[in-house]
Amino acid sequence: MKIAVLSGKGGAGKTFVSVNLAAAAESARYLDCDAEEPNGHLFFKPTDTTEETVTVPLPVCDAERCTGCRTCVEFCRFNALAYVGDKWMVFPEVCHSCGGCTLVCPEQAISERKEPIGTAVRGTSGNVRISSGFLNTGEVSAIPIIETLLGDADADGLTVIDCPPGSACTVMESIRDADYCILVAEPTAFGVHNLQMVWELVSLFHKPHGVLINKSTEADNPAETFCKENGVDVIARIPYEPTIAELVSEGKIAVREDEAMRTFFAELLTQIENTVSGEETLL
Amino acid sequence: MKKLLILSGKGGTGKTTVAGALIDLFRAKAYADCDVDAPNLHLIIRPTEEAKTTEFYGMDKAEINPDLCVSCDACRTHCRFHAVEVQDGTYRIDPYACEGCAVCTAVCPADAVSMKPAGSGELYLYEGERVFSTARLSMGSGNSGKLVTAVKQQLYAAIDTAATEIVVLDGSPGIGCPVIASMSGADFVLIVTEPSVSGFSDLKRILATAHGFGVKTGVCINRYDVNEAQSDAIESFCQNEGIAFLGRIPYDPNAVRAVNEGIPITKTGGEAAKAMKKISLTLSAML
Repeated sequence: MKIAVLSGKGGAGKTFVSVNLAAAAESARYLDCDAEEPNGHLFFKPTDTTEETVTVPLPVCDAERCTGCRTCVEFCRFNALAYVGDKWMVFPEVCHSCGGCTLVCPEQAISERKEPIGTAVRGTSGNVRISSGFLNTGEVSAIPIIETLLGDADADGLTVIDCPPGSACTVMESIRDADYCILVAEPTAFGVHNLQMVWELVSLFHKPHGVLINKSTEADNPAETFCKENGVDVIARIPYEPTIAELVSEGKIAVREDEAMRTFFAELLTQIENTVSGEETLL
Repeated sequence: MKKLLILSGKGGTGKTTVAGALIDLFRAKAYADCDVDAPNLHLIIRPTEEAKTTEFYGMDKAEINPDLCVSCDACRTHCRFHAVEVQDGTYRIDPYACEGCAVCTAVCPADAVSMKPAGSGELYLYEGERVFSTARLSMGSGNSGKLVTAVKQQLYAAIDTAATEIVVLDGSPGIGCPVIASMSGADFVLIVTEPSVSGFSDLKRILATAHGFGVKTGVCINRYDVNEAQSDAIESFCQNEGIAFLGRIPYDPNAVRAVNEGIPITKTGGEAAKAMKKISLTLSAML
């Protein structure tokens, strides 16, 4: 089973929930798809790590063959190519690696080389196998790294996917294969506004989902109201607790320090497993 | 005109709260929300005017004409974004996966694929005594960098740049395309961090990104008293690296109240408001 954890708004507690959910399971795989700002490894501190360089294809031009016809420049929809003063140029930060230029070049002058954009780091921490993505600073898109990480998901067993914030292409990619989505919400007007955006996203892709209200302060808050009005399941609430906030700030895993937290996340996992297997029976 | 951009690397550290406070303290006449993925600034700086709404078109997307399609499979094999689907023998494009590269149009032997404009968000402009530019990206869209650029262009086109002292831009979390798009042209990036191992790690990555693009940076810590040892570590890191340290903001229950009431934190008169006042004075001396 693959559970994706997302939130729209940053800082709502995605990493906290995904790390603890994976750590509460008997065994699990944890994928940190927030490759722009990955934080899961700060909690798991994985050992026996291996590092894979993630690359994207980037065009190179053979100056001997190039006649300066500009067919590739005109074809490229991303304005990633230029031919200025008898010189062919590529702007890697806007190239989408579509391969179009290699196809349209009448002289077969363009080929591709592998350009590193980041790494996938794999390791273990107790019962959890961890795959974390790291986008190199200055790089634009983490999508190829997310694709690499998703390849690590187990066919059987539990995989927890820690998604990037927002509701754009990187999030969509991260939830693509998920069997269930946990929407982590903050009980503030900001939290609700962003919750609505990811709720629309998971609904659009027909993903079974439920809301976890983190740092909940009182029963009557904007996130609760939103869920009630829209008929969205609230699967759990985690009250704001300074001792938990401190554990998190120190990079500690709550379920490994606190028995009540262990019970809470183990029960949450069982609850989701039951929901997902219930959905499968219905199908 | 000085362009001040607020970033954080990690989400949820208080970018928008800080941006809203600085807009209020600087009496900024022009500001924008560049977090097009999850915009929130409008919730605390509530514009009273009607928004001028413009549809935003990102990349054109491919469309297959089923009457011309000969099911040769060339488009599907060449598409690197897995955007061509076959359902019951019919070829179609998944608009969420299509990045608009047009490779399919180049390889189709039957001229069955064409590129069509596709809306991928909306731009909003509020023009009154103060000008506010914001936008919302369509779900699952991959054009956030382009939309951020459009938000800024819309703002600059609506103001008298010579007569405007300061522009405040609220950024997005992360270090990728929308962040990089928001940084271009910025005079100063104020990074709001939090005293946690995550906040500190993300701070280093956003600093490396900003310095890679040659932008001037400064750092402030929000909710510093949640973990004072981490706050000390972050402050001494900034000193050692020669990065301007602008101050600490305490945890203040007024912050949540202000967000839920839709007002800037500076209107609450609490401890966070006082800290923001000090930071704004240091900041204006540096700008």
